[in-house]
Amino acid sequence: MSLNKEKDFGTPAREADTLVTLEIDGFQVTAPAGTSVMRAAAGIGIDIPKLCATDSIEPFGSCRLCVVQIEGARGMPASCTTPVAEGMKIVTQNKRLAHVRRGIMELYISDHPLDCLTCSANGDCELQDMAGAVGLREIRYNPQGKNHLQAIKDESNPYFSFDPSKCIVCSRCVRACEETQGTFALTIDGRGFDSKVSPGQNEAFMDSECVSCGACVQACPTAALMEKSVIEHGTPEHATVTTCAYCGVGCSFRAEMKGDQLIRMVPHKDGKANHGHSCVKGRFAFGYATHKDRITTPMIRKSITDPWQEVGWEEAINYAASELKRIQAQYGKDSIGGITSSRCTNEETYLVQKLVRAGFGNNNVDTCARVCHSPTGYGLKQTFGESSGTQNFDSVMKSDVIMVIGANPTDGHPVFGSLMKKRLRQGAKLIVVDPREIDLVKNSPHVKADYHLKLRPGTNVALINALGHVVVTENLLDEVFIEERCDTAAFAKWKIFIADPRHAPEQAEAVTGVPAADVRAAARLYATAGNGAIYYGLGVTEHSQGSTTVIGIANLAMATGNLGREGVGVNPLRGQNNVQGSCDMGSFPHEFPGYRHVSDDDTRRLFENDWNVILESEPGLRIPNMFDAASDGTFMGLYVEGEDIAQSDPDIQHVHHALRSMECVIVQDLFLNETAKFAHVFLPGSSFLEKNGTFTNAERRISPVRKVMKPLAGYEDWQVTQLLANAMGYPMNYSHPSQIMDEIARLTPTFAGVSYEKIDRLGSIQWPCNEENPAGTPTMHAHEFMRPNGKGLFMLTEYVATEERTTRMFPLILTTGRILSQYNVGAQTRRTENVAWHAEDRLEIHPHDAEDRGIIDGDWVGIKSRSGETVLRALISERVQPGVVYTTFHFPESGANVITTDNSDWATNCPEYKVTPVQVSKVTQPSEWQKQYSDFSKQQLELLEQGTHHA
Amino acid sequence: MTETVSTQSTVKEITRALKHKPGALLPILHDIQHALGYIPADSIPVIASELQLSRAEVHGVISFYHYFRETPPGKQTIHLCRAESCQAMGSKKLEEHVKAKLSIDYHETTPDGKFSLEPVYCLGMCSCSPSMQIGNDVYGRVSNESFDSVIDEREALS
Repeated sequence: MSLNKEKDFGTPAREADTLVTLEIDGFQVTAPAGTSVMRAAAGIGIDIPKLCATDSIEPFGSCRLCVVQIEGARGMPASCTTPVAEGMKIVTQNKRLAHVRRGIMELYISDHPLDCLTCSANGDCELQDMAGAVGLREIRYNPQGKNHLQAIKDESNPYFSFDPSKCIVCSRCVRACEETQGTFALTIDGRGFDSKVSPGQNEAFMDSECVSCGACVQACPTAALMEKSVIEHGTPEHATVTTCAYCGVGCSFRAEMKGDQLIRMVPHKDGKANHGHSCVKGRFAFGYATHKDRITTPMIRKSITDPWQEVGWEEAINYAASELKRIQAQYGKDSIGGITSSRCTNEETYLVQKLVRAGFGNNNVDTCARVCHSPTGYGLKQTFGESSGTQNFDSVMKSDVIMVIGANPTDGHPVFGSLMKKRLRQGAKLIVVDPREIDLVKNSPHVKADYHLKLRPGTNVALINALGHVVVTENLLDEVFIEERCDTAAFAKWKIFIADPRHAPEQAEAVTGVPAADVRAAARLYATAGNGAIYYGLGVTEHSQGSTTVIGIANLAMATGNLGREGVGVNPLRGQNNVQGSCDMGSFPHEFPGYRHVSDDDTRRLFENDWNVILESEPGLRIPNMFDAASDGTFMGLYVEGEDIAQSDPDIQHVHHALRSMECVIVQDLFLNETAKFAHVFLPGSSFLEKNGTFTNAERRISPVRKVMKPLAGYEDWQVTQLLANAMGYPMNYSHPSQIMDEIARLTPTFAGVSYEKIDRLGSIQWPCNEENPAGTPTMHAHEFMRPNGKGLFMLTEYVATEERTTRMFPLILTTGRILSQYNVGAQTRRTENVAWHAEDRLEIHPHDAEDRGIIDGDWVGIKSRSGETVLRALISERVQPGVVYTTFHFPESGANVITTDNSDWATNCPEYKVTPVQVSKVTQPSEWQKQYSDFSKQQLELLEQGTHHA
Repeated sequence: MTETVSTQSTVKEITRALKHKPGALLPILHDIQHALGYIPADSIPVIASELQLSRAEVHGVISFYHYFRETPPGKQTIHLCRAESCQAMGSKKLEEHVKAKLSIDYHETTPDGKFSLEPVYCLGMCSCSPSMQIGNDVYGRVSNESFDSVIDEREALS
């Protein structure tokens, strides 16, 4: 449970057109029909005693503490399960009710340890509060009678413990697991006095299906389910609302503190992206922020074979600036650049691109969105006119059919995944397009895909075209929408193109491997079931035709009129916390903030006047171009903030070669990450807990990041960039990130109305936020598209097979993905207890392919592509189809990117991570690369050790 | 075919045959118990997956109903009535005797696997209280002595 600072209305809010007026304790109150008496009372400040009710879950009526009397009605109904009715007269407190409530509390307490003073929930316990509220003074039952006081604790979960002796069997945890999280890992075992909470089949939490989201811990009214951090340190004393730094859902949290120590993260009920829910990463995996591996002193070295030398900030910054200037003098202005990260705040990203454009004097700035959602930026800008998703997350609750393409929301975007599952349990239809059987297909209780289009990796465009073909040839088009909202000439061209028999599902089947009948049925379902929403992820973008698929998705949504209102739309699920924001902030080499091309004279003049400098009109280098140029000897200096290119980028041996070729690599990060092992200057970064700023999530929601502790190394990241800019000779004088946001707002039309003051007032804002939409824009393109003529643009999407084809040498296709407990390169989550769930990356392989190769589960297998070879343990699974193998990429030693190739999206260079032809064979030892890398890594850690101990 | 494999295939067969009925879980559990004598723990993942339920949900239902067993029953199950009429006629004393005689508690099976003991709440034989049922045979006016002789006789037979 959380500090009782957020009001609990007892039961969820109801939406209704009819309002009902009633009288509670003599006060008139009006509430929407369907509201519980308990909630209506709470609305006017009358808190009816309760134990089994909380407003995140449906009422249950089991504890009977909330009984009330209703004039003219018999008995004492529970106020949580009694809906309001017109003219009702309710009494919530009288002698009789008090008597009943005391009796109930007496029974509860008769089987509860009376150790309040030493209990971890002391002062933060609803049972204790209720004992006080009902005036419990004595317990007449024999304490030696039958009880549960000796029940054994379950300490299996690393983050929370379950103490059944303190459990009152209110079922709030069971219901939270079902309703809020949708995992159904808990139940009540037995009945009557023997009832007890049971994970799985009466087993330990860690052995059950529990995903450790913590919803049960938050729902628990006592100390039965309690964070171990609270047990260890005691209850927090103050809290600050901030935004999670993991995935693109951007959950709002209350960071509950004790002095400057973070005790626990509790999802914020008013958070508009998460509504009080969280996942295992956001709620529990924050230990990395104070991990002993954090580097908190700047370091420099001449060569990457030298030991690191700890220095002061001034020396480090001056050294970095002098090296960058030296390189520019020697190799030319364009020989240096910077890379920002989707993990940084908007303000930090903005400053890095400003430093590069204004301070370095070129446009060599890029961001890790290059390797994830750059095709989204391109495809949606071309078709809809804006590089962003069209909806807010809540929109999914109005969808009738949901199509998930190349995304795995329950692992990658768990809190949104839970919301989607909630809608699916209410009856929305589901189409999954994925080569692999993700949990949504049939491994989530009460959720099952109506169609799983299990396509071959790399054939997305053929499949999307086939869906479009069915929509057009079976006349499932929304003619009115197309006529009114879209460029009709472009549509006419597309209609002829897509109607061609070569796009028919029967033709596509040979390419995609998906039965034509399923494609036809799925297309009909999407086009005709009412509100159709598409959610997609990196399974769409990270392909040689990533941008084409994004465009194809946009075409499909326009053709069926599934845009511009709630429940529909095209929604990229962003991988990291600030992918949307880092793109918005102009960190691509060709675009200023707000997606305006650097060659656009008016925009450039605007920035030139404000920044007081002449700006380059030609786009700069993209990340892969930087690597190529480095290997060629023309790109020699790089400033990398918060990104680990030496692990996350494809064809990693090429990346490592490029990094070794550079003369000055400056890494700003929390840890000596893989890239820092190739660096000459290390500038300690600050975690999201140590700085102010904003993140923009996948629904364009700008949310506040608030400083809850001092930066361990002394500076917030934006301050470090500012120091470097000043040392480079380009003055920056911000004293607070709010001033950076003011500058962004001043120079970017879609952000014109954004300010810290407004974010504080509203909690968060979805851009565009300007004069027309002062409170932001939950649904985009409601009346017209953001393109210059206001019309949506259909574009032709010819399928071109990737060059990454299977051959006799490489007969299998490797594709990659994420897992719930780990996050991207793992630099954060590997330094938390989350390794208890996933301690290594494994290669999923179909039983047929495994049998052909004599591989059994757990065997070490070599995975070889034209780029390189690595070794992982095999996991035999029918989730993948024959011919396809799959792995996650959270551990550097796994070397997933040793295998991936340099093939990339035609429009944006986004790497084709999702399709790599490989051969897999049984081996007995690590690959050559792994051995070399392990030696290199060990050597670098020794150089760190030498430097930090002898400095 | 090993025993586990045949058990699993029985579970699958029953589950697949009934899964499309509304409220299929209870009929499935009944049929499995009828076929196997109990509901083995490793059948729960199969039932859960076929019905799109979690293991916890299936376990919750099984543990709620005392009739469902999670362990194999003895060769013969003794259902001893604990309802009001039998209690009035001294079934509590009989209960103590039965437990002592068999050295097991309710829901347990004798180590030799011959007898399981389960409570039952009324066999509809109140006029002959206290009563019990073993297999298809019902016994009325059971005393400590008559219980012993029934058991001894049945033990000798089994």
